[in-house]
Amino acid sequence: MNLKDYIESGILELYVAGALSEQENQEVYDAIQQYPELLQEVLSIETALKKLAEQAKPNSSVLYTSIKTKIGDDNAKVIPLDSKTSSWTRHLGWVAAIILGAGLFWNLNQKNALQENLRVVENENQFLEQQIELSKTDLNEAKRLLTILRDKDILSIPLGGQQVSPESYANVYWDKANNSIFLDVQGLPEPPEGKVYQVWSLTLNPLTPTSLGTINNFKEDANKIFEITNANASEAFGITLEPEGGSESPTLEQLYTLGTVAP
Amino acid sequence: MELEQLIKKFQQKDSAAFETLYNMYSESMHGVIYNIVRNDDIAQEILQDVFVKAWQKSDTYSAKKGRFFTWILNIARNAAIDKARSKDFKQSKQNLDAQFFVDILNSNENLDRKTDAIGIKKFVGKLADTCKQLIELLYFKGYTQRETSETLEIPIGTVKTRNRNCILKLREMLSV
Repeated sequence: MNLKDYIESGILELYVAGALSEQENQEVYDAIQQYPELLQEVLSIETALKKLAEQAKPNSSVLYTSIKTKIGDDNAKVIPLDSKTSSWTRHLGWVAAIILGAGLFWNLNQKNALQENLRVVENENQFLEQQIELSKTDLNEAKRLLTILRDKDILSIPLGGQQVSPESYANVYWDKANNSIFLDVQGLPEPPEGKVYQVWSLTLNPLTPTSLGTINNFKEDANKIFEITNANASEAFGITLEPEGGSESPTLEQLYTLGTVAP
Repeated sequence: MELEQLIKKFQQKDSAAFETLYNMYSESMHGVIYNIVRNDDIAQEILQDVFVKAWQKSDTYSAKKGRFFTWILNIARNAAIDKARSKDFKQSKQNLDAQFFVDILNSNENLDRKTDAIGIKKFVGKLADTCKQLIELLYFKGYTQRETSETLEIPIGTVKTRNRNCILKLREMLSV
């Protein structure tokens, strides 16, 4: 053992404070037995603290005689056991036993109630942790989208509301390099039961629609931005309302938004 | 007489040995107790109880578990803390505004008690605040390493090394 390191670790100071575990105490004791140098150190620590504590004492003093009287008295106080126990004391014993039993039962109930509370709190904790995890995922997703939308190589195409729904609008962000579009449909009303929005890529001369697919989880998606693959040389984008499963060609009466790609 | 033999005799209920131990440790324990209860009469009462208890339980002491000083310190701290937490003590509205042993050293009544009191007061005043807090918690209040680390908001490993430095400073001041 390196005594210098051992002393400098500060373990002996904690040993004197009584702040070590039982096992550590045993280890320090063994070390002290082996190395007198450690004992010297412990004695110095002890003396310093003893002197300091002595200074915190008030002016008054307690003489040993007052202790001596007390321990003397104590030794003299031997209470003889009475072998003749009356029925009264026996009854008292039973009463005590019953009270004790009731007390134990009450304690057990208390303990069970506390355990139940603990379980509830643990469940709540778990739930909150899950919420935090979800929030983190949402946040990361939002950050990812923001980065994409801010990219200078992204083409932004606003889609305006059409006759059937003049209030509607949408935005297409076209990442040509990666053949994908991000469709922001925040401005579309929720589709009625049994209907879905279908996204179309259009070439204008002649007018040729190509389906890019239907938006099936419109309701569930919180930020209403959908990533769709688009390898077409699109000149315009349109969104129509179609029966569930989508249609072969767009139902033009149900064209909600439309926008052309700036040449 | 060697401390070890003294303690052995004390454990064999030798009252002369006990008196020697009392003279060695009663003043420091009086300080520890007074620091917690801050009441002269109550501190005297507890001090008597502590040594009576030590006498009665002398067989429970074992050198393998720690120093005799630490053992008696533990009994004293616990008795004083129990008293400070008791209902009648709280109702008597003791003045516990003063927080640290340093405050006692600073209070005027103690200044002329001992010739070296002023000297020690001056020295201890020079200890860094963190040292005063560490010594207060670890020795006067009996906090564990973990409790000390949480109370002072410092890492648990730092408690050990910093306390070592503080005690070194104290030893320098007291030349021990």
